[in-house]
Amino acid sequence: MTRLRAEDLTLAYEKRVVAERLGVQIPDGSFTVIVGPNACGKSTLLRALARLLRPREGTVYLDGDPIGALAPKRLARRLGLLPQSPLTPEGITVGDLVARGRYPHQSLLRQWSREDEAAVTEAMEAVGVTGLADRVVDELSGGQRQRVRLALVLAQRTGILLLDEPTTYLDIAHQIEVLDLCARLHEEGRTLVAVLHDLNHACRYATHLIAMRGGEVLAEGPPAEIVTAELVERVFGLPCRVIADPETATPLIVPAGRRRTLTAENL
Amino acid sequence: MPPPRPPARGGRGSHRLRLALLAAALLATVVGSLAIGAGHVPLGRVLSGVFSPDGGSRAELIVHELRLPRTLLGIAVGMALGLAGAVMQALTRNPLAEPGLLGVNGGAALAVVLVIAATRADDVLVCVWAAFAGAAGAAALVYLIGARGRGGAAPARLVLAGAAVNAVSSALTAGVMLLTPHTFGGFRFWQVGSLGGREMPVLLRVLPFIAAGTVLALLLARPLNALGMGDDAGRALGSRPGRTRVLGAAAVVLLCGSATAAAGPIAFLGLAVPFIVRTAVGPDQRLVLPYSLLLAPVLLLGADIIGRVSAPGELETGIVTAFLGAPLFAVMVRRGRTRDL
Repeated sequence: MTRLRAEDLTLAYEKRVVAERLGVQIPDGSFTVIVGPNACGKSTLLRALARLLRPREGTVYLDGDPIGALAPKRLARRLGLLPQSPLTPEGITVGDLVARGRYPHQSLLRQWSREDEAAVTEAMEAVGVTGLADRVVDELSGGQRQRVRLALVLAQRTGILLLDEPTTYLDIAHQIEVLDLCARLHEEGRTLVAVLHDLNHACRYATHLIAMRGGEVLAEGPPAEIVTAELVERVFGLPCRVIADPETATPLIVPAGRRRTLTAENL
Repeated sequence: MPPPRPPARGGRGSHRLRLALLAAALLATVVGSLAIGAGHVPLGRVLSGVFSPDGGSRAELIVHELRLPRTLLGIAVGMALGLAGAVMQALTRNPLAEPGLLGVNGGAALAVVLVIAATRADDVLVCVWAAFAGAAGAAALVYLIGARGRGGAAPARLVLAGAAVNAVSSALTAGVMLLTPHTFGGFRFWQVGSLGGREMPVLLRVLPFIAAGTVLALLLARPLNALGMGDDAGRALGSRPGRTRVLGAAAVVLLCGSATAAAGPIAFLGLAVPFIVRTAVGPDQRLVLPYSLLLAPVLLLGADIIGRVSAPGELETGIVTAFLGAPLFAVMVRRGRTRDL
């Protein structure tokens, strides 16, 4: 039984069909990463899982309910999303922004509770931005800002987190920092679904990998079991070698040298 | 009792105090508006003029028949414009959006001109209804144009559609006035934007709409906050951006439409007040809306008082707000960073 699954999805923007009869299951408690070349439909799939895109056909189920039938706030109490490029209201402080993650738990009659306060404090602690609570978000570095946005989603207190390219626009050190943080959130018991561009990051951090191309799932499973040179070539059209990551023993993709290869002479 | 939030997130107590101070400032302006004007009225007579006008003295009559309606109208129109501006800026995520952007002013003006041209009457009450119908019609048209196509009523598209509708209606307005010269006189007075010369009945006609718009706008504070984070993030938090936009636009039409219908297009207040408020309290709509609601009538009544004493005859309120507000606003924009929403 999986909490989040999609059946027979046909996904389309206006007239352009991105995927047809697509089905995925997100294993509970997994850190699922969706990879694939540009325009393969991975972000579109994530948007459909978060109900930001209404599928033309097919259904996304959360805990057995079609998500289209759930009230928006009810959905937002079970499933959180970090969009690709959220807007930050200018001049907002870190604490105020994270507090907005409590929106689905509040109503006209229930404005700000002890539980809201605790959730916000806990979320800021989890990503290590407690000390920045009074700072204005615009003045933070890219890495800090991404951690603040993660805190906002954490404050929602959902069991499932969807992350749309959480490492885009970050330098390598901050990418690893954010991914380490995601791994920790996963270890604490949350189900994470992320779209990532970097295949090596995906192999290192994912417990479940979904490889897509042209709107289809070509392979899924633990990276160590499914990532081979053939798969990478099929998915990305990139000739490569797959070796064991010297740090983690997970698959490491080394693109084939097209211009200079290792020979006896240049060794 | 809810636990106090840490000072970083609002400092509720301090906001309560500041809102109380602003309310006190509003009260002071109201007293000023009742006491200051061409005919001298001693302060003692102001109170008796308001509450027991039967004394029949000239001073009491001035207060009760002229200044009281004018002041009440100023409060209502000011509140409506300040709140409409705040909602409009939040809806469009544009810190310099004006409530008139939805085509409200252009539509109202066109309807007034058409009515005056057709009936040769310049009955203020008829003008009020015409202006209100024109405002609502224009806003609906803007919404229909702006909401077409992918992504629904995206802010940029609404603003463009509003600019187009405003342009077309002002062209038509000018055309009608050129063809029927008699409309010019009646329209001119309405167009300048004034609190004077509008009788109590005008206020009573628009008051229910302003009240409804105010309640609706204040209820939208949290959804507008969610909207400010982008449609995707807002939706992921469980808000409904489409619904927020429709309700927000309805509030703007109710508020700005009634204000324009009652006092003519008053420039600038709806643009500047929320902008000033955001510079002071940040982007949280739960604060921006109530502060705008209180600050706008202070400024409008202030401008009206200045208009009364500055010129031998009297300067129309709309002219004073533009004259005083524009330079002040320019200084603020140059000094502080422009805050986005």
